[in-house]
Formats: sequence, C-alpha cells, structure tokens
Amino acid sequence: MTSTAFDVAIIGAGIVGAACVAEAVREGLSVVVIESRIIAGGATAAGMGHIVVMDDSEGQFALTRYSQELWNELAPELPRDCEFERCGTIWVAADEAEMATVRSKRDFYEARGVTVEILDEHDLAKAEPNLREGLAGGLRMPGDSVLYPPCAARFLLEKATNHRTRPAALRVGQPVSEITKQGVKLRDGSFIPAAITVNATGSWSPQLTPGLNVQPRKGHLVITDRYPAFIRHQLIELGYLKSAHAVQADSVAFNIQPRQTGQLLIGSSRQYGATSAQVDTQILGRMIDRARLYMPRLGELNAVRTWTGFRAATPDKLPLIGPCAGNHWHYLATGHEGLGITTSLGTAKLLVDQIINRTSEIPLTPYLPGRLAAETAHA
Amino acid sequence: MPEPITVLVNGALIAVRPGTMVSAAIVIAGETLFRRSVTGEPRGPLCGMGICFECRVTVNGQFHARSCQTLCEEGMDVQTDK
Repeated sequence: MTSTAFDVAIIGAGIVGAACVAEAVREGLSVVVIESRIIAGGATAAGMGHIVVMDDSEGQFALTRYSQELWNELAPELPRDCEFERCGTIWVAADEAEMATVRSKRDFYEARGVTVEILDEHDLAKAEPNLREGLAGGLRMPGDSVLYPPCAARFLLEKATNHRTRPAALRVGQPVSEITKQGVKLRDGSFIPAAITVNATGSWSPQLTPGLNVQPRKGHLVITDRYPAFIRHQLIELGYLKSAHAVQADSVAFNIQPRQTGQLLIGSSRQYGATSAQVDTQILGRMIDRARLYMPRLGELNAVRTWTGFRAATPDKLPLIGPCAGNHWHYLATGHEGLGITTSLGTAKLLVDQIINRTSEIPLTPYLPGRLAAETAHA
Repeated sequence: MPEPITVLVNGALIAVRPGTMVSAAIVIAGETLFRRSVTGEPRGPLCGMGICFECRVTVNGQFHARSCQTLCEEGMDVQTDK
C-alpha cells in the first residue's frame, strides 16, 4: 500500500510493548505494534500486577520508584476494569533475623524519601488477622498498589491506537521472522518498513535477537473464589527475596494479593529450565504449602483457577532498555523478570528518551543492553 | 414422624425435618437472595444439583458452601448475602 517507513516498530503487545507504544505516540512518532498471538497474553497475563518499589540494587530502586510515580500519575485515567488499588505491601518477617532485614530496608527507603512503617508482632496481627500467630512483624509500604495487568495493557495500547492525530497501527496474528535494518519481516513473507525496531517480546526475545542472554523463568499463580476483606495488603514473606535471588534451584515463596472482587491471587514460584506451560502439581503443591504456613486458613478457601507464565530473566536482574550494542536500529525493551508490570511505564520513558534524544529523568546506564556484552567480554 | 431439627438462617431460628437441604431451609425462612454476583446481582438456586454454584452461602463460617448440597444439622448457622 505504502512504502513510507514507520519511525518505530514495536514487537510484542504485552504491558511493556503497550507502554512503549503509548509513550512513542505521545512524543509524535509514527508507530506500528506487531503481536504474533494475543494482546497481553504472555507474562502480562501471568503477572500479579503488583506496583512495587524494590531495593535490590540502586538501578532496580530507581526504575521501580520512577515507574510507581508514573503509575500514580496515570491512575486517575485508568478505567475501572484495571482495578487499580493503593492497598500497600507488607513484607512479612517470620523471626528476629528477618526483623533486622526489615530495619535495614527501612533505613534504605527512608534515606531515599520513601515512606515506610515498621510493624511489630501486634501491629502485624492487627493489620492482617488471617496471618498465623507468632510472626515477628513486617515492613509496610503504603505507597505500593495493585492493578489488573491485561486491562492496563489494553488501555495503554488503545491510548496509542485511538490517538487523535497519529494513531498507532496494530498487526495481530502473524509471527515475526526477522528484524532487519529496513524493518520487520513477517513469517507470511510481508515486510513492515521501520527506522527502528524494538524487541519487547519478553521471554521470547532471544528468538528475534540471537545471542541475547534472557532466560525464561516459569511461575505459577492460583486465584480463589471471592472472600472480601480476608486480607487487606499485598503480603510477601521476606524470604521471597531469597527465592527471587536463587539462580538455579526451583523456589517458592508466600506472596498473596487482594483483588477488588474479593478474590485472592496467590504466588509465587520460580523455575529455570521448565519449558512446558502446563501446571506442575509438585511445585504448585509446594507453593500452596508455603502460603498455608503463613496463612493457615487459606486451606479452607476454594481455588478456582491455576495457571503459569514465563518471566524474562537477565543475569543481573535488571531489564534491557535501549539499542543492542553498536546497533542503532535494533532496540530492546525486555528482561523485566518479575517486575515488568511495575517497570513498564519507566521502561517506555527511557526507551523513547533514547529514540528521540531526550534527557532521561533517571540515569540510563544500569539498563543499557551493552552491559551484558561487556560482561561476556570480561568472562 | 422424626423430631425436627433447628437451624439459624440469618439469625432466625427455623425448624426443619431431618434430611432437609440448607437451600430449602433458606426458602422456609422466607429469604430469596442467597448471594450476590461479582457485579452485585441477586443469585439463588438454579440447578439444585451442585453444578451451577449459584446457591452458595456461608455455613458455620465456611464461605461458598453449596446450599443445595448441604444437609441441615442441629444448630447450624447459615448466612446469606444481604
């Protein structure tokens, strides 16, 4: 029809791709989004939708806090079905050793201007009566939120495709076979010309960017029937951090979220090397046992559905945002592991900053894809 | 004629024959709303055989019990949605 190239082609309509297209269109770029399967049907559909500030590294903190601020700005615009709720998080400490972690986290956050609150044993029991007795306390993060990621992704995508003056184009149903300097080749032989192509395909991204060090990390979720007010915050055991950091073994952690419907969303599991999307009853059982250890009454509730997804994990737990090393037409927006729902909005800003040469609001360096190539060179 | 048993439906004492289902006791108590859907619509028994899950109520503190599949027991506490 036309040979005019798009400014940007974004591959992958998960929440990261959707956020990137919304930001690119907002900045006046002409954009096409290419999704081979289902909009928001990958990791976005298997993420809890926890908008959380994290302190694993300065890079992770900067991106999660920046992104959380962006979600808070967007919140009044979000449709009801996005179920945005500022319920806060409580990091649950089982014993005195974990309370020491709570105090050091408090110091970290307070030094950076994030409001947090230490809960002792009694505060915790009062805040969440369905937790078992005898837990040491916790760290409450009142600024954290939850939302329903597939609807949030659709909202961001529609912001772009319904844009008044420069609506984004959307191609669904055809896999991409190759990213080239001139644009995107689809498997049916068609070609979409674009000056810059962004690989935002999460755990599938190494298929389109050969050699990329992104590993699929499988997770399981369970959702229950409706039990309004059973819990009030997103609750995560501090041991979760150990689980998230284990780089080889399968791990599970207590992580539970209240939904606006009164349903409870229960995680979490982490597995490397698992390729089948089928529910693994053995690890699912471990995950439920772990949850019941913290919240015995969960055993009385009905689960209505279990499912899985694949996080896109990088070796240093930070996403890849920007051009592939030495390449000005092939960009990445992938590798968000378990934080892609939170960091999608910050990612979109940092990606578009680089495309249009805008000054970024936080330092870009920790997320530049070139760092992985550099590590390989040192190895 | 066996001795009737007594159950509480939303706090009201209801006498029923042994073998009565909780769903029937709720109807005897004059209630028509068993639960509310996620969007707030009223719901009640539809299939009467445990398949449709529309008749769920709280029995002795246990949420989402299918009232059409639960036999009344002496002193049982049954709560419907409001």
